[in-house]
Amino acid sequence: MSAKIRKIAVTVEETHREIGRDISPATRKAVAVAVIENPFAGIYQEDLTELMEIGAELGALLGDKCVQALGITPDQAQSYGKSAMVGENGELEHAAAILHPKLGAPLRAAVEKGAALVASSKKMGSPGQVLDVPLGHKDAAYVRSHFDGIEVRLNDAPRAKEIMVAVAVTDSGRPLPRVGGLTHEDAQGQDGLR
Amino acid sequence: MPEVILRKTIYTIEEVFHEGGPQPEKSLRRAAALAIIENPFAGRYEPEIQGFMEDLKPLGLNMAQRLIEMLGGADQIEGYGKGAMIGEGGELEHGALWHAPGGYAMRQMLADSNAIVPSTKKVAGVGGRLDVPITHINASYVRSHFDSMEVGSNDTPRANEMVLALVMSTGARIHDRAGGLAAADIIGKDGLR
Repeated sequence: MSAKIRKIAVTVEETHREIGRDISPATRKAVAVAVIENPFAGIYQEDLTELMEIGAELGALLGDKCVQALGITPDQAQSYGKSAMVGENGELEHAAAILHPKLGAPLRAAVEKGAALVASSKKMGSPGQVLDVPLGHKDAAYVRSHFDGIEVRLNDAPRAKEIMVAVAVTDSGRPLPRVGGLTHEDAQGQDGLR
Repeated sequence: MPEVILRKTIYTIEEVFHEGGPQPEKSLRRAAALAIIENPFAGRYEPEIQGFMEDLKPLGLNMAQRLIEMLGGADQIEGYGKGAMIGEGGELEHGALWHAPGGYAMRQMLADSNAIVPSTKKVAGVGGRLDVPITHINASYVRSHFDSMEVGSNDTPRANEMVLALVMSTGARIHDRAGGLAAADIIGKDGLR
């Protein structure tokens, strides 16, 4: 069974300047959000397979939306993240079922490779609440310049019976990175860590 | 007059498929363009500020063009609006400089856009949100197209910045049924009806 989507929002942020210095090329992040009906709102459901399948569907859909919005080829994606905010008639486990078992594989297909764990967050929330989507390098989790996050917020979601599911993709790290650590250029991308 | 110093842009598109009722054939899409720029007048009272409107024109055109592309072409656009948030080092009047370059940029690129572009503005802190009003591009009284879009970002506007916003939409509210002048009945001469 596929997701009943009420709404999709896609945002692209470009940072051209920070603290008086030009950022060239601009750093860019995209985040795509789907607001879906929670099929298990208000009930205890032991088997969450349906939500896992919805996660697979949204991983592909939202991953593609981000890549398209950035206007890049999949291999140009550098970091990613995923998050869900479940409305008050659901439970945190619903968010987990969407995010963890099946969302990652199709997202990785959308950004090509993706050896690293997809950074994630989840919470319960109400319309207008902020969801902070963590970002990490897609092939080597230790790349320090790419630890970041992007905030999403929709004034009208999630309603009590809804779940807001977000995927974020970038083609760059933070503006002006200078705290050292493994760099994008030096990452091997084999084990997902370095 | 000072040049426009751009720190950041944010482009958002949202597509609404239903709002609890039967899913209509046509979804509603809204898109917002935000430019976060330095406020050249922050921190002082500057009596002469109008020259900056001229400087903002290319930015307005650029934002309007990208919104049109995001929404699939000028013939798709049925609603628009604009707004500004001024960081705490500035004053409301600085936001008013966006009326002409922002509004006319959209109207220049959209055929049959006789209606005034609705707007809002405020002084805000970092993380401030702005509800940008939307009305029909050719007749302000078209009730189905009265709408709005919330915009903002966690890191703007800083004290010495302004957030300039343009929004466009592709149609009526989802499940619109509050009556009034219908888009099909527009006369299209005075920008009102």
